[in-house]
Amino acid sequence: MSTGIKSYTISVYTENNIGLLNRISAIFQRRHINIESLNISVSEIEGVSRFTIVVNMTEEKVRKIIGQIEKQIEVIKAYYHTEEETIYQETAMFKIKSELLFEERQIQNIIKESNSRIVTVNKEFFVLEKSGRRNEIELLHRELSVFGILQFTRSGRIAVTKERMEISQMLAAFN
Amino acid sequence: MLGTCFRVADKFLIKENMNTQTMTTEAKDTKKTIRISGSEAVVRSLIAEGVDILYGYPGGAIMPVYDELYKFQDEIHHVLSRHEQGATHSAQGYARISGKVGVAIATSGPGATNLITGIADAQIDSTPMVCITGQVPSHLLGSDAFQETDIVGISTPVTKWNHQVTKASEIPAVIAKAFYIAKSGRPGPVLIDITKDAQFEEFDYSYEKCTGVRSYVPVPKTDPETLKAAAELINNAKKPLVVWGQGVILSKAEEAFKAVIEKAGIPSAWTIMGASAIPTSHPLNVGMVGMHGNYAPNVLTNECDVLIAIGMRFDDRVTGKLDEYARQAKVVHFEIDPAEIDKNVKTDVAVLGDAKASLEALLPLLNENTHTEWHQKFKDLYAIEFEKVIKNDLHPTKEGLTMGEVLNEINTQTKGEAAIVTDVGQHQMIACRYADFNVTKSNITSGGLGTMGFGLPAAIGAKMAAPEREVVSISGDGGYQMTIQELGTIFQQKAAVKVVVLNNEFLGMVRQWQQLFFDKRYASTEMTNPDFVAIAKGYYLNAKRVTKREELADAVAEMIASEEAYFLEVCVEKEDNVFPMVPSGASVSEIRLE
Ligand SMILES: Cc1ncc(C[n+]2csc(CCOP(=O)(O)OP(=O)(O)O)c2C)c(N)n1
Repeated sequence: MSTGIKSYTISVYTENNIGLLNRISAIFQRRHINIESLNISVSEIEGVSRFTIVVNMTEEKVRKIIGQIEKQIEVIKAYYHTEEETIYQETAMFKIKSELLFEERQIQNIIKESNSRIVTVNKEFFVLEKSGRRNEIELLHRELSVFGILQFTRSGRIAVTKERMEISQMLAAFN
Repeated sequence: MLGTCFRVADKFLIKENMNTQTMTTEAKDTKKTIRISGSEAVVRSLIAEGVDILYGYPGGAIMPVYDELYKFQDEIHHVLSRHEQGATHSAQGYARISGKVGVAIATSGPGATNLITGIADAQIDSTPMVCITGQVPSHLLGSDAFQETDIVGISTPVTKWNHQVTKASEIPAVIAKAFYIAKSGRPGPVLIDITKDAQFEEFDYSYEKCTGVRSYVPVPKTDPETLKAAAELINNAKKPLVVWGQGVILSKAEEAFKAVIEKAGIPSAWTIMGASAIPTSHPLNVGMVGMHGNYAPNVLTNECDVLIAIGMRFDDRVTGKLDEYARQAKVVHFEIDPAEIDKNVKTDVAVLGDAKASLEALLPLLNENTHTEWHQKFKDLYAIEFEKVIKNDLHPTKEGLTMGEVLNEINTQTKGEAAIVTDVGQHQMIACRYADFNVTKSNITSGGLGTMGFGLPAAIGAKMAAPEREVVSISGDGGYQMTIQELGTIFQQKAAVKVVVLNNEFLGMVRQWQQLFFDKRYASTEMTNPDFVAIAKGYYLNAKRVTKREELADAVAEMIASEEAYFLEVCVEKEDNVFPMVPSGASVSEIRLE
């Protein structure tokens, strides 16, 4: 792309801290940067959280943002990666009327072909879960929309990098 | 969170001088615990950090701490400001002149929100400050209780770190961490919010200083290769120019800095925050850069072949139009904060680390040089600036008094040894341009935020931190009235601040822009002023007004001779402008002399 705008996945390792989400989101807000998705979870290290943030911007900008994030006292380390450098997934859930499952054979085919999974079925509704790339989820959404979706939600991206992260070694150096 | 205060492996950071000094005396005290309240712990922790003065204002949610301040008044002196904003600026003035952490304290709600301007100012000017606020009891948090405000949320974007304490047992470790963070690395403000129940709660207190936080690297490691690359660029330069900032002062690098520029013979200019790191009269000091800086360093920024930035951050008031800033030059940036590298100006060599350590390591790598011809260019341009601007500012022939001649008189009578504390506006630019700074940490001003109202309270803090120094506060008639109430603090504390108001009956700097860029439409910049002398006298200060040139020298002499605080109003020309000027959006080399 000539503009140099790409999708970057920012991974931030942090101390577990109440105020940190505020601090990190303020960095984006101040600069009018839209966060495409945000996910916070525990990481591979006990007591260390991991933020996974997806943004669309130039590499020069993302580098500056990393600088601002790392400046926060309770941030241990922040990285950015392109899509090619990560393995990533999103998860979506669809709530659909149960009767459709039995009346519309097409739905069963869609479920099979999309590699999605039925989480639960009861008299009124069933819940479908699909993990994968954004476009796969969007395709499934389009296909199911025809029949009517009672509820839909999609998680933020989670990603692991192909490259090693050296957080444990960094932390070990402090103790 | 509390578990993150660790002893840091030496290889990870350069040891902080400030930290190690008091370690041994403290260490003795750490083992034993005593059962005390959270509020007593606050005061004992402050004392353990070496705090002798703090500035603040009481109120409901912080009263338990005030009760302890009363009991410990022989060990720690609380200064009652007249507004919490004043308290923060006093704490800043204290910090800027002493290099120590300034402390401000306030109650919840409006007390806390009144601190915000000073906190934002300290954040952008890298001033070490710890603010303590009271908060409603923890069981009321989030209930919109009386004087509850989310001060941690509000202060997040303008603090280096902040934290809310809801349990007394957290207090010593959080305060230790606060001081460590405020003063280490690139300094900044920290806010600690303490709920009232945590202030009352009793616990077993002991104090241990914080020496490291595992997620925080205050001083990045310096790569020796970058030093070599920097030295090579400097050694091969034909027209090198140094621009230094406050980093030189904050890292106590003045001597190392002087040694470097003297050995390599580099003309050196300063940002407003870097002023006074080396004396004004030093032959290599070529003046101030930026919007109202000197002609030569601004013009020659776009002619130098190597630009060496030391402890500065390429603020837009310094660079003017970025894509026409020093494009011809290779840029070397000595910087403690990695986020500043390439933020505004792309560097060819970035030397991360503490300025003092880096400059000391750089010195042996440099060749001796004089760059005589290159220096001549600065002298030639200075001569032009002198003819067109400086002469008329300092030695006016017109009738009205100029701000410049007042500064000139103060220079003469203080021998350039005073700390000059300014507010924001024309007088600030004139003061920075013309004050003689013979001693480091002598220019105390609000650079990054440009906070009107900063000057008077900051001067109080500076005077109290350094009573042996002459402290002259210089304000405009506008900004002075933003914190004029601090005259009450001066009077109550007997702080011998010399207060000068340069009265042009305008919000001068804004009026100047209106004249130059808005066809003289003076929208709300004319001031109908009170009798400033009467007001000062109302606070029992000695006070005088000068309206004529003949009276100026005697009045300044009387002020400087005074052992007590003194107020001097000088009525200056109403519509003078500050030049040179880089109009906003223009390149530094398009600087105007008139
Ligand atoms: C708190 C605040 N409000 C507004 C401004 C915008 N401002 C910058 S300079 C200035 C005029 C200052 O006038 P005065 O204090 O009389 O000083 P002078 O410029 O006349 O020396 C104003 C209003 C500011 N810097 N700070």
